[in-house]
Amino acid sequence: MPTLSPSAFQARKCERGVGLVDQMQAGDRRALSRLVSIVENGGEDSRRALAKLYQYTGRAQIIGVTGPPGAGKSTLVNELALEFRRRDTTVGILAVDPTSPYSGGAILGDRIRMQPLGHDPSIFVRSMASRGQLGGIARATGDVVKVLDAAGFNKIIVETIGAGQAEVEIAREAHTTVVVEVPGLGDDVQAIKAGILEIADVFVVNKADREDAQKTQRHLQAMMQLGGAPREDWPVPIVMTVATKAQGIEAVVDAIESHLSHLQTTGHFVERERQRVEREFRSILQGLALDLVQERVGPEQRAAVVARIQARQVDPYTAAERMLADALGVAELK
Amino acid sequence: MERKIRVLVAKPGLDGHDRGAKVIARALRDAGMEVVYTGLQQTPQMIVDAALQEDVDVIGLSILSGAHMTLLPKVMQLLNAAGAADVLVVAGGIISDADAEILRREHGIAAVYGPGASTNAIVEFIRANVKPERFSGAEV
Repeated sequence: MPTLSPSAFQARKCERGVGLVDQMQAGDRRALSRLVSIVENGGEDSRRALAKLYQYTGRAQIIGVTGPPGAGKSTLVNELALEFRRRDTTVGILAVDPTSPYSGGAILGDRIRMQPLGHDPSIFVRSMASRGQLGGIARATGDVVKVLDAAGFNKIIVETIGAGQAEVEIAREAHTTVVVEVPGLGDDVQAIKAGILEIADVFVVNKADREDAQKTQRHLQAMMQLGGAPREDWPVPIVMTVATKAQGIEAVVDAIESHLSHLQTTGHFVERERQRVEREFRSILQGLALDLVQERVGPEQRAAVVARIQARQVDPYTAAERMLADALGVAELK
Repeated sequence: MERKIRVLVAKPGLDGHDRGAKVIARALRDAGMEVVYTGLQQTPQMIVDAALQEDVDVIGLSILSGAHMTLLPKVMQLLNAAGAADVLVVAGGIISDADAEILRREHGIAAVYGPGASTNAIVEFIRANVKPERFSGAEV
């Protein structure tokens, strides 16, 4: 991987003829930072950047860290990054916080807990607002992960917004999902509900110095014993931590590394990647089809169709098929 | 897509009073900006590192300790050395008019706000002076 030397902080001005991707590959942190902004904002520049850097992706282990607000996710991520550095592993961190549904603004506060990562040039921390996307991460999170991957970080940690029960999108983007629980949030029925607890590859019970910690651990254990064979033949480990005192961190990193080896040796890694790539490709196709229709069918015509649907003169399925057929210049879709 | 204005709100130095910084962060959020809040006791180097990684358009520095004539020029110096002079820097706190004048004229702090400044005025200043298109046309 390209080394991220401290001198990379002395960012160069964008030179003509040398694109941001090349500068990023050469270790320029400012170029990396700008590319993240470009990709986060989407549009044509983003597409061109991703087209250029995609060839360098697919090398990092992507680790999702999720759990309820206040569970200690940022503190844990900070400690995980420090432990990875002790193992000579470079780390990119993407911390997502929610966008206000009213103003569109956001307070991104995850860095507060990540101060100890400071000036280490082999760590890069970026905050990201969810920008209206539900599911715990932003729409562009997967693409920003690609930028960090192409920049050569060995591990990319994505911290989700404080998650409730259904913010499970991270499991589609990450190779290894760490679900952080804390004592005292609910009874054993909470633990067998569907959703966030199902996506864990590693459970962390943080704040394990609290009195109910053993009970939380037992609930999680009991939940897993109720099910049949573990998904992907991986028995999900439960690790007890006190992130503020850096206790249990090595065990979490060990579990993350074991999970990666497990995925690789069993072939699940390749299969997960195939599913992710296919899903992504499909969603890009959908987007392009929509762009194509909007480009070839004028706004008045589209408004007229919407009005006919609203008046129940045509159903939305038939109308969509006809419009797409028109845009493609074919008589019928099927 | 509309580009969001990104702001880093930081407290350089050793004073522990961050109510002002939080009020500003909240006001900027309510104005639709994305505010990276880094918390207390930041060194100039930490502030500049964070600003570069977060690729912010604006840095807001809140300082009440009296060390502004040491810390704020240091932030500007590091920012310039990193080739990030295009970032708009504003400051707030207990800063005398004479010091504010020097910070603006000699060190490139765009605006200095004292106690009682209206958050609206700060929002309007940022909107009017930020260069949201500073990355457009960059060669990828």
